[in-house]
Amino acid sequence: MPREAKRQPPAAAAPPSDVGALLLKLGLGAVALLWLAPYAWMLSTSFKTLPEIVAAPTAPLPSGLNLEAYRSVFESMPLGRYYWNTTVMALGIAAVQILVGLPAGYALAKLHFTGRGVALALVVATLLIPAQVRFVPVFALLANVGLANTMTALILPFGVSAFGIFLVRQALLSVPDSLIEAARMDGASELRIIYGLLPPLIAPTLASFFLFSFVFHWNDYFWPLVMTTDDAVRTLPLGIALLREQGTGVRWHIVMAGNVLLSVPALLVFALTQKYLLRAVASRAG
Amino acid sequence: MRPRTPVSPYLMMAPTALLLVLFFFYPLLFAGYQSLFAWDLLTPPRYVGLGHYAYLFESGELAQTLITTLTFSVVVVTGSMSLGLLLAVVLNRRGTFWSFVRGCIFSAYVVSWVSVALLWLWVLDADGGVFSAAVRAVGLPTADWLGDPDVALYTVAGVTIWKIAGYAMVLFLAGLQDISPSLYEAAALDGAGRWQRFVNVTWPLLRPTAAFVGTTSLIMSFQVFDVVRVMTQGGPVHATTVFVYAIYEQVFLNLRVGRASAEVVVFFVLLLGLTALQLWAWRRKGESPHAA
Repeated sequence: MPREAKRQPPAAAAPPSDVGALLLKLGLGAVALLWLAPYAWMLSTSFKTLPEIVAAPTAPLPSGLNLEAYRSVFESMPLGRYYWNTTVMALGIAAVQILVGLPAGYALAKLHFTGRGVALALVVATLLIPAQVRFVPVFALLANVGLANTMTALILPFGVSAFGIFLVRQALLSVPDSLIEAARMDGASELRIIYGLLPPLIAPTLASFFLFSFVFHWNDYFWPLVMTTDDAVRTLPLGIALLREQGTGVRWHIVMAGNVLLSVPALLVFALTQKYLLRAVASRAG
Repeated sequence: MRPRTPVSPYLMMAPTALLLVLFFFYPLLFAGYQSLFAWDLLTPPRYVGLGHYAYLFESGELAQTLITTLTFSVVVVTGSMSLGLLLAVVLNRRGTFWSFVRGCIFSAYVVSWVSVALLWLWVLDADGGVFSAAVRAVGLPTADWLGDPDVALYTVAGVTIWKIAGYAMVLFLAGLQDISPSLYEAAALDGAGRWQRFVNVTWPLLRPTAAFVGTTSLIMSFQVFDVVRVMTQGGPVHATTVFVYAIYEQVFLNLRVGRASAEVVVFFVLLLGLTALQLWAWRRKGESPHAA
């Protein structure tokens, strides 16, 4: 795509000298370290033992690859269930957002109907009503119908994403009408056009949005915290944060082991899909 | 295009509309309604009119929370924007090394707030934290980063800047890459130095991006909660009780749903104000796209 090509960083202007270039690299290497060092410190701490933490908390390296802290994390919480809950919730939200967002984005991008402008405005207006504004009434509403402490309470309130609908709409604007008209002539139903024909045409946008939404909700702490009281639907960030609240004292090796278990999946997803995630973030400006 | 049948567009919008009403518009209205009642989740709600609002304004509670939140936002937005801009300008180069540095910085934006908060709690720990040890090692005075009421808010703001500087950087990079190289060539021919090229070419063209980054970061920082909940629980002595944390505390610690709802309404109005500011900033840059 030409747009992609344009986004490539331009070749650096000729550096003043080799020494200058080297200094710049060294300086920015140090900057990178400022972001890497805390992770390294977390990893190092997680392999320490309690006596090590007490005796020399700032020793740079553990005495060995001691897995005692990880064992303690596994014993103190149903880690498998937390991973499962978190993944199901994040996948569920991203999937519902796309399933609901595709027909809405299609109607808003391609079809003429009375009230289209108002509909778009109302969708965008939801950006002004973040979770922090909604949680008290939504909790009351869901509790009233017996849905508190369920996956539904974690997924459905995020079923509409204004950002997602907006991205789908923007991507569909560049799909030629003739393609859709041809599919109609071939007897395809609107449902078939929305869920069969269009998704492959805007796959990069859908992939970017899916990843962005998945990572965002996988990491979410606020909503699961205020919506759940039952361990059966608790998510991983809640469980890991609790490690610290249980009066851990100096047992930082356990908290850091938990933190490794929480942050490494997110970092892995990032490392593998950097291009798509960056696209999603950068597209918010465009 | 013409819809196949007159109702089909409405059917396509129906799931969205249903979810919008149930989970966005009704809750907002209901929060407004609830704010007129005193309710502790246990006994029946009691009508108090505008009592909660009067209390929030007269007791100074609202003013205090607002000052804390705004201080936090101003520090975070100026810090993360200038850092993000600086990093974007320096890192706007091709090559694996630069892409790796960009990845490191942006990774903090991708991991969860809980991870970042726990990470820095340990790094900044008063007894065993490496940060204090490093500060002492180079002979600088250290502080009780999270325990001192005069320092804690700035510590949390610093951690927030560390987490979201990558967001500003990515958006500024996208903005930089939309600037045509020919403009720089022309400026170089005119004998403009590095700094002059930045002031006369880069910055004017980045202003729309800056307006966007600034306002979204402002709104993001205004909604801060996770990092406060994990790192300080609003303390010490309420020094880090930002708006959303105050609401959370009213509901879950004080069981005052009505008063929390009044705070929600005020919070929503403030968000509206910030967004109006955003629209205004957008319009302004639209009027003078080639300023300077």
